[in-house]
Amino acid sequence: MGSGMTRLWLALGLATTLGFVLAGCAGDAGAADESPRRGAVTLTGAGATFAMPLITLWASEYEPVARDRVNYNSIGSGGGIRAHIDRTVQFAASEAPLNAEQYERAPNTLTLPFTIGTVSIAFNLPGVRELRLTGEVLADIYLGTIRRWNDPRIRSLNTDVELPDRGIVVAHRSDGSGTTFVFADYLSKVSPQWRDRVGVGTALSWPTGIGGNGNEGVAGVIRNNPFSIGYIELSYASNLGMPTAAVRNQTGRFVQPSLEAGTAAAAAAVDRLPAGHERWTQVSFTDAPGETSYPISSFSYFLVYEGLDRLGGDMTAERAESVVRWLEWAVTEGQAHNERVQNASIPPAVQRLNLETLDRITFNGERVRRW
Amino acid sequence: VVGSEATAERPLEAGARQRSLAAAGRGGFPPEGGPPRRPDRWAGVAGRFTLRDRLAQRWFRYGTGLLAGLVVAVTLVVVQQLWVGSQLTWQEWGLSFLTRTEWNPVRGEFGALPFIAGTLLTSLMALAMAVPVSLGIAILLSEYAPQFVREPLIFVVELLAAIPSVVLGLWGIFVLAPLMQSRILPAIAASPLGWLPLFGEPGPGYNLFTASVILAIMIVPIIASLSREVLLAVPRDQKEAALALGSTRWEAVQHVVLAYGRSGIFSAAILGLARALGETMAVTMTIGNRVALTFDYFEPGYSMTAIIANELREAATELHVSALVAIGLVLFCLSFVLNAVARLLVLRLGR
Repeated sequence: MGSGMTRLWLALGLATTLGFVLAGCAGDAGAADESPRRGAVTLTGAGATFAMPLITLWASEYEPVARDRVNYNSIGSGGGIRAHIDRTVQFAASEAPLNAEQYERAPNTLTLPFTIGTVSIAFNLPGVRELRLTGEVLADIYLGTIRRWNDPRIRSLNTDVELPDRGIVVAHRSDGSGTTFVFADYLSKVSPQWRDRVGVGTALSWPTGIGGNGNEGVAGVIRNNPFSIGYIELSYASNLGMPTAAVRNQTGRFVQPSLEAGTAAAAAAVDRLPAGHERWTQVSFTDAPGETSYPISSFSYFLVYEGLDRLGGDMTAERAESVVRWLEWAVTEGQAHNERVQNASIPPAVQRLNLETLDRITFNGERVRRW
Repeated sequence: VVGSEATAERPLEAGARQRSLAAAGRGGFPPEGGPPRRPDRWAGVAGRFTLRDRLAQRWFRYGTGLLAGLVVAVTLVVVQQLWVGSQLTWQEWGLSFLTRTEWNPVRGEFGALPFIAGTLLTSLMALAMAVPVSLGIAILLSEYAPQFVREPLIFVVELLAAIPSVVLGLWGIFVLAPLMQSRILPAIAASPLGWLPLFGEPGPGYNLFTASVILAIMIVPIIASLSREVLLAVPRDQKEAALALGSTRWEAVQHVVLAYGRSGIFSAAILGLARALGETMAVTMTIGNRVALTFDYFEPGYSMTAIIANELREAATELHVSALVAIGLVLFCLSFVLNAVARLLVLRLGR
């Protein structure tokens, strides 16, 4: 009996080992068969979850044209920046530019804005579809100093709306996120109290409110709680048909969040943008000037090294060219597809800026973009 | 560790095998007066096999030892990694990290207490709710239920255990939380329970209490099915003796079945608690994710698993990452200590 069992186990073990070996061989053989067609390259990128639908769409449009495949891992902006610093990806996507510490660890990083994220203020007030807010009031709601919907400061902005005498249920992101960064960046610009007490970051120490996980989590909190308010990425609000507040911009106009209003805000900031190889840490166009600008929006960025040979590994001159061609396509022709996934496209001036940035990319000291 | 144990055993083997072969011939008892030794279950039969068989057997034994050792090794590596990864935090605050209540990624201020409290409060409340329910199910299944109730009920309980936690979390967001807000919390606050200092003003449905209820639902199947096994193991004659002495069925359950299964039920509860401590997804979806040290179950809170899941991905500074890893280490230690204490209690109860 004992020996029978032993043999059985041995046989099983042998079979498994053999299986692995065979599978290994088969894998090799398969890889050999699938050797990429001449010139076709697989590019790897990682980063912001927010950009995932857009980059996936781009990749599917780009592959038939260029025959290069793009793999994008949506591991979050923080993860994308880490991958960029570790040089494990050919490009990274982030909702925030690198900070000073990150520039130290990833010198010669080029920054290319590729879309605009717009943060909408969604609310759930039974019977109310239209609401007007200012940045100061929004900051005080999130600081917990305005606690009820019929607060005089909200009422004075919405004289034609019947506001209930109910507590405000405040919803925010519980996970670290670029959306939170943009929202906090805006509040810091318009409210000194917010700047001093809370500050700016992808994760914050919230004075009040309920944390929902992801845009969908915050949207869930808002939908399930009458008398609630929260900030979510524009595409979520419009897909779910949630009413959004019009926010007052610098010129005193109340603007509804929209793709156009986001692009308008970016266009108003173009003159002040640094060159692609300079530091973008301070770049922000929340609270942008311009009559049609929506005040809470920001760029999402591609991050790529100026000298692609520094990625090492399997990087060749040919692959470097593929990287540059992909990025060029994404920031120019690809922009035509942005609207399909509710992403605003970058203004033409920013496209030109990006092409100048791409011209800086080299491989072993030679310029890659020679077309 | 494993290898040395195997080698230490080897010199014994030949002699032991001879002796136990002899013992087998005399009816299976070791020779009288012989030195007490570890019984070798395989020794009695091994002598009859060819060299090849014996080699195979030895390698098999090493193989199993190796696999078992692997588990220990992985655990040690995890602890070591958590320790290394959290060094910055311990250097900055030392053990006071455990009692600090501030968590501010913007300013780089981190403390673990609100999360420790949130995890313990929700897990213990879940346990308090799940144990009576599970015991009821277990007693019904093992003592009272006729076949046609038992089989479907067991099936349903097992089905409950198979629901992925993210699905339960979704149910929490879309069904339980609104229900909590509109009905359950006000009802509790109005009932005599509302006088307990644990329950304050009813608010939104995302709070420690909702998370506890979700956790309770998740651990009921574990505790119920383990307790049922324990109760089924109570010797029949013990129960019958109690009945013969004139006790009612409930008295027999109370004084014999439950008393006999006490330590087993306790370990079932501990396994449930371990699951509750480590649960992430369903908790972060319902707990409200507010960093605040509160003992009011109607307030939003935060758990150790939830803060790691929420913030690790986007943590921008080294210190932030290390603080999250430190929370992981604390959670590991907490589970370890709770399990150790529980084992000791089980040993004492079992006596």
